[in-house]
Amino acid sequence: MKPDFTEIIAGYKDKPGGIIEAYHAVQRAYNYIPEEAVAEAAKVFGMSKAEAWGVATFYSYFKVGERGRYIIRVCESAPCHIAGAEEVIAALEKQLGIKMGETTADGKFTLEFTECVGQCQATPVITINSKPYFDVTPDGVAEILAQCN
Amino acid sequence: MAEEMRVLLPQENENLTDLQSYINAGGYKALEKARSTDRLSLIEEVKKSGLRGRGGAGFNAGMKWQFSYSVETEPKYVVCNADEGEPGTYKDRVLMQTVPHRILEGMAICGYAIGARQGYIYCRGEYPFVVETLNQAIKEAKDSGVLGDFDIEVRMGAGAYVCGEESALIESIEGHRGEPRFKPPFPPVKGLWGQPTIVNNVETLAYIPLIVEKGADWFKSIGAPSYPGTKLLTLTGDVVERKIIEVPTNVTIRQVIYDYGKGIRDGKKFKAVQIGGTSGGFIPEELLDTAIDFDSMSAIGATLGSGAVFVMDETRDIVDVVERITKFFEHESCGKCIPCREGTKRMHEMMERINHGKGSGDDLGKLERLGTVMSRACLCGLGQAAPAPVLTTLGHFREEYQAKLN
Repeated sequence: MKPDFTEIIAGYKDKPGGIIEAYHAVQRAYNYIPEEAVAEAAKVFGMSKAEAWGVATFYSYFKVGERGRYIIRVCESAPCHIAGAEEVIAALEKQLGIKMGETTADGKFTLEFTECVGQCQATPVITINSKPYFDVTPDGVAEILAQCN
Repeated sequence: MAEEMRVLLPQENENLTDLQSYINAGGYKALEKARSTDRLSLIEEVKKSGLRGRGGAGFNAGMKWQFSYSVETEPKYVVCNADEGEPGTYKDRVLMQTVPHRILEGMAICGYAIGARQGYIYCRGEYPFVVETLNQAIKEAKDSGVLGDFDIEVRMGAGAYVCGEESALIESIEGHRGEPRFKPPFPPVKGLWGQPTIVNNVETLAYIPLIVEKGADWFKSIGAPSYPGTKLLTLTGDVVERKIIEVPTNVTIRQVIYDYGKGIRDGKKFKAVQIGGTSGGFIPEELLDTAIDFDSMSAIGATLGSGAVFVMDETRDIVDVVERITKFFEHESCGKCIPCREGTKRMHEMMERINHGKGSGDDLGKLERLGTVMSRACLCGLGQAAPAPVLTTLGHFREEYQAKLN
């Protein structure tokens, strides 16, 4: 049972400029930001819906609208690019049967691109729900996915 | 083996993460010393040390502080820029994970100097585990009373590279889209909620307690005279040792790659190195004997930037790497100003065309012209620096482009 986003957002009401922190909190609970939560945030922080929508969609870490329980983000910045990020992407797409940007039919996995996640000592890097995985190889993908339970 | 000079980073096997260990190692003494010093003399000392911003812009830190000090209004703010988004860079993460209190102490000293009682750390959204470490450190410091009346709050970024630009960062703390502001006024005069605000990089702030403790002369005696101190560098790509190092600013690029990084992987030959992050220039073999300090790098048309050192071996396809980089900038452009919004898009389009064998000789000239326009006309550093990888590779590795033309 997910907590009520109205309550979550209300907790940030008195924080100046707190809408981004509120979105983070909603996303921690839901893994994404429900569309209705954007309207709620607009009300709480005294901005127009358009403005609240503008904030939510400006930042690539936020996603308005449903996605999977495990968000897999693959870094495609230059150091990961030359270390073989594309092969890792191919392996992930094959294993999960979806393309980048899509969610599996059972709602378990979502594949996304990301830019540098600041772990370039061990490229290529992917993150699953923000946890980084290092030196990822196409062969190692199955084992990483198996850990998602 | 080349020895590092560890001033900011803990020594091997030294743990300074928690408050007690940090205090045992002499931590927070500098804050005490600063608070018993007259504010202007404190700022003079920081100025005299020659400490220049470690985030990439290289502005004299003490001079920046003086701008805020001189504005007689309240409140004022200290913001620690921990929105480390420059690809290939993770130095601030390591600093925050290993010496969080050194950063808090630096912020509190800055707060005292300019007359601010509130600080913010704007930490990138990709580092939720660092946010935990910082919150723990802030709690320890507040509970023990070492910070006095100075408060610090951590705010999380959410995956926007442009928020590393100080006025965009401020917009983001205020709860807006992270779009850079028109300047002037500059943040030290009119920043967060319209109040005087010092935005300093993590590495810059971490240096402050050391400068206060050991003095400006000590700091000035390290590294290159015009950009003194040590610099954190993160070695990535085809270098044998992919790691973080701390070295005096007068070491050369060649030393960094071959002595500290142990050379190129798998016995291959060097082709290029991009320093300062994805917005940095590409540097060929014949310029490797340049020192890494800010001004020496500028003199060869490159940058020290964030200190990322991205090494490419002889097998790497420069045009392909640069295409990837131009895609990055198209994605990260905030869209506020036209030269960047439109320029990054067209630049990526042309690079894609060339990389896929569909470019013409005309495209090279167009890339150069567009790049020059962007570097002069874009509103903020993002758009101004975005063409650097294209322009420097057209200069040093033009034959690789020509080989791919239709």
